[in-house]
Amino acid sequence: MIATKPILEIRDLVVEYRSEREPVRAVDRVSLDLAAGEFLGIVGESGCGKSTLLFAIARLLAPPAEIASGSIRFRGDDMVTMGDEDLRHIRWQNYSVVMQSAMNALNPVMTIGAQLSDAILAHRRMPQRDVRARSEEVMRLVGIDPVHLKSFPHQLSGGMRQRSMIAMALVFTPELVIMDEPTSALDVVAQRSLMLQIKELQRKIGFAAIFVTHDMSLVSHFSDRLAVMYAGQVMEVGPTQTVFAQPRHPYSSGLLSSFPSIKGERLPLQGIPGTPPELAHPPSGCRFHPRCPKVMPHCKTTEPRFHEREGVQVRCHLFDEGSPRNLGEASDFVGMNADGD
Amino acid sequence: MWYLVRRLEFFIVTLWAALTVNFLLPRLMPGSPAEALLVRFHGHVSPQAVKAMEVALGIHTDQSVVQQYLEYIGNTLRGELGVSVSYFPLSVATVVMQALPWTVGLVGTATVIAFVLGTLIGMLAAWRRGGLFDAILPPVFIVISAFPYFWIALFCLLIFSLTLNWFPLGFAYDLTSQINLSWDFVGQVIAHAFLPALTIVITSIGGWILTMRNTMITTLAEDYVKMARAKGLSPMRIMFMYAGRNAILPNLTGFAMSLGFVISGAILVEIVFNYPGLGFMLLQAVDNEDFALMQALFLMITLAVLVAVLFADVLTAVLDPRTREAG
Amino acid sequence: MAIPIVTAQELVEPAEPRAGVLGAVASGLLSNRKALGGLAILGVFALVAIFAPLLAPYDPHSLAFDQLLGPSAQHLLGTTGNGQDIFSQLIWSTRESLLLAIVAGALATLASVLIGVTAAYLGGLWDHVLNLFTDVFLVIPTLPLMLVIAAYVQSHGVWTLIAVITITGWSYGARQLRSQALSLRNRDFLEAARVRGERTSYTIVFEVLPNMTSLIVAIFLGAALYAVLAAAGLQFLGLGDNNDLSWGTMLFWAEHNGALLAGAPLWVLAPGICIALLGGAFALINYAFDEVSNPALRAAKRAKA
Repeated sequence: MIATKPILEIRDLVVEYRSEREPVRAVDRVSLDLAAGEFLGIVGESGCGKSTLLFAIARLLAPPAEIASGSIRFRGDDMVTMGDEDLRHIRWQNYSVVMQSAMNALNPVMTIGAQLSDAILAHRRMPQRDVRARSEEVMRLVGIDPVHLKSFPHQLSGGMRQRSMIAMALVFTPELVIMDEPTSALDVVAQRSLMLQIKELQRKIGFAAIFVTHDMSLVSHFSDRLAVMYAGQVMEVGPTQTVFAQPRHPYSSGLLSSFPSIKGERLPLQGIPGTPPELAHPPSGCRFHPRCPKVMPHCKTTEPRFHEREGVQVRCHLFDEGSPRNLGEASDFVGMNADGD
Repeated sequence: MWYLVRRLEFFIVTLWAALTVNFLLPRLMPGSPAEALLVRFHGHVSPQAVKAMEVALGIHTDQSVVQQYLEYIGNTLRGELGVSVSYFPLSVATVVMQALPWTVGLVGTATVIAFVLGTLIGMLAAWRRGGLFDAILPPVFIVISAFPYFWIALFCLLIFSLTLNWFPLGFAYDLTSQINLSWDFVGQVIAHAFLPALTIVITSIGGWILTMRNTMITTLAEDYVKMARAKGLSPMRIMFMYAGRNAILPNLTGFAMSLGFVISGAILVEIVFNYPGLGFMLLQAVDNEDFALMQALFLMITLAVLVAVLFADVLTAVLDPRTREAG
Repeated sequence: MAIPIVTAQELVEPAEPRAGVLGAVASGLLSNRKALGGLAILGVFALVAIFAPLLAPYDPHSLAFDQLLGPSAQHLLGTTGNGQDIFSQLIWSTRESLLLAIVAGALATLASVLIGVTAAYLGGLWDHVLNLFTDVFLVIPTLPLMLVIAAYVQSHGVWTLIAVITITGWSYGARQLRSQALSLRNRDFLEAARVRGERTSYTIVFEVLPNMTSLIVAIFLGAALYAVLAAAGLQFLGLGDNNDLSWGTMLFWAEHNGALLAGAPLWVLAPGICIALLGGAFALINYAFDEVSNPALRAAKRAKA
């Protein structure tokens, strides 16, 4: 576990989508910790629940989605049970959010400056002069000329819009910044440049970050810890380097080997056979068992627990004490065809 | 600024179209009832007035159609519209100008009130989704807006005027009064205008409520509203500045597009209440076959609608910075 | 033109998906209370119109009765100023009112489709011209225009009304259809048709229109509603054939006989309510249609968190 007290402790979080029939669990008993200043990446396929988890943490869910149970302790207070006023008080000052597409996340009829001052004045009483000073400061921080405070979102380029969103997120130098695929809307070059900037800002200001993406290779270069999600559950979580170098969960292995390395040896391209499950009717036992190359009989019946290996938490029966196949290596996937034999 | 230029182009073209309709219709219709009427005028009215009407209605002229057309447009722009049959010897222009303020006052005010109120209510209904407000409103207003304007007018007359005697039966002011600016007169005007205004508001507000509610619901799902919540802004501010400001834009356009229809309904209300505005006069003119007056009123009503549309367009340009850029 | 390697038949999307969309919409509508209500009202009116001779107690034109009687067992809604039975008139009037709504609505919709889709497809100058044409008709106030046209046209009858309503009612739909046709124009399946060498007219009729079905239905419903109200308005003003049996003309006579002042409010109330019900039925179905095709608009369940 983490040595110092984590700023974010999520325990057994369950998020459900109400429907006409039974509610669908998009996030199923997820527990995670985040230390101050730590960069946590959450990866997974589309529909694995990572964005839902993110918005649950930010308390931005809207009906029909709702937090069914569990706790999210931020700086010691449980955000799930917090009242609206208290919640509004810590919003933006202590944690902020960066969304995927700035074009959609910025109000098209207000100038960047107006939106910034809205955020500031919602929480502090400040004379206009100071609001303006702080706005200019934070724009310069992300490398945008403060003259653009007078611009409307549609007048800026994609990259500038994204960076203004980040500027807004940092206006109170919060302790936690939650980011939902902020680079997905950009081209590869802009992506890297933005990531470097985010990392630089993190070093300077010292905020903790949760970064959700489907692009494992991108986030692996920048995150301290990496969590792999599948079908609403965390399958593996640990220091990025360790997880990346030796993924233990069969799903993580499969995910990694789907991204061929430019520098490494040439291997046949592997995917993971099958498709992600329907969350309304998840598979019994371990959710990954229908697609797992290392499936064992009791994977179908019993849900696996978390096991620790070298600082990494893995949720897999392979690591049960006395398990016959106790070694999971990426190499096991090589040479397998689509049928899994 | 191109946006406004295009709107001006539209304004001029529509006006031209209305003029052309006025010009073409009497020539396309079989028979010429206008001729018989004009015979009555000779000797009683200035030659220019007679000539203007002949040109406008296509009677007795030796000129080619094109010449008549140009002369008609010229006459109209100069205000030479002829003399009214039903209000003889008043000139058409005089009658029209007398009726104009009543319509602008009643219909203009009522329509604006309906739009503003309707938009606000629609915004609130969408904001409080799932509540009682949202469940009752749509069906109630669908039903109300299905009633014809004039029927609601009759209904109001029945209940509030005939049965309860709260309001007068019609016209713009007491029949025995003269137009002046005294408080008493103003009071009369308001009393007489209340029921027609109420009718217009009741029948048209439903449409605004529903469309605003629908656009607001779509807007509330947008990311920037989520972002505003994330920033911890006050709910009021989010509702107005983030959701409302954006949701109202398509509504304003819709308002402009439906003004023709709304004004038509309002005219029916004028008629039921015998309110001496452009619409009421138009019906009188039609019934009395006063073609010159009819044409002029049609033109004036169209002009009024166009001005309102232009106004809505300007408002859109003010509220939406994106229109100022786009070509 | 080269002989296509694959016949057009094989490349046309199987009927299933399209029927699937219509089927889904139909079942969506049938399970929606508002739509059911609207359809029920329409159904009732249709039945009344068809079976009018059986349902009406008296000959609607008959002047045999006393004038301005109040409601009673013999005359459910009383009698008119001329001594006719109001209830019988109401029933027989259903025919013309329903006819006006549906025929005028359909013709206006047809005009909308022709102009809107053509504008989208011809593009360029034609599009600009047709667009301007549409906008002009949209803005010119409908009732004054109808009054002016009706004033010049000497014969007043059902077909004049239908013509006038069509002329004034097509523009709103044309605008919407044009936008949708424009957005569809760039979709891939149309590219496929173009590449196959299909003529533009084929593309429009067989590929584009079926995808616009739901919008066309919505526009028809709106046009029918407009037709109901416009017809009622014109007839009330005496611009229809005053000897016809229609709810609007009933109101015309009621107003001219001072029904309200003479204490015969039912003469005014009854046709008005029928008009409202017919119009309301179209409006309800239209609204339900909106909800079915746009799930975001459905009434939120008690999911308030």
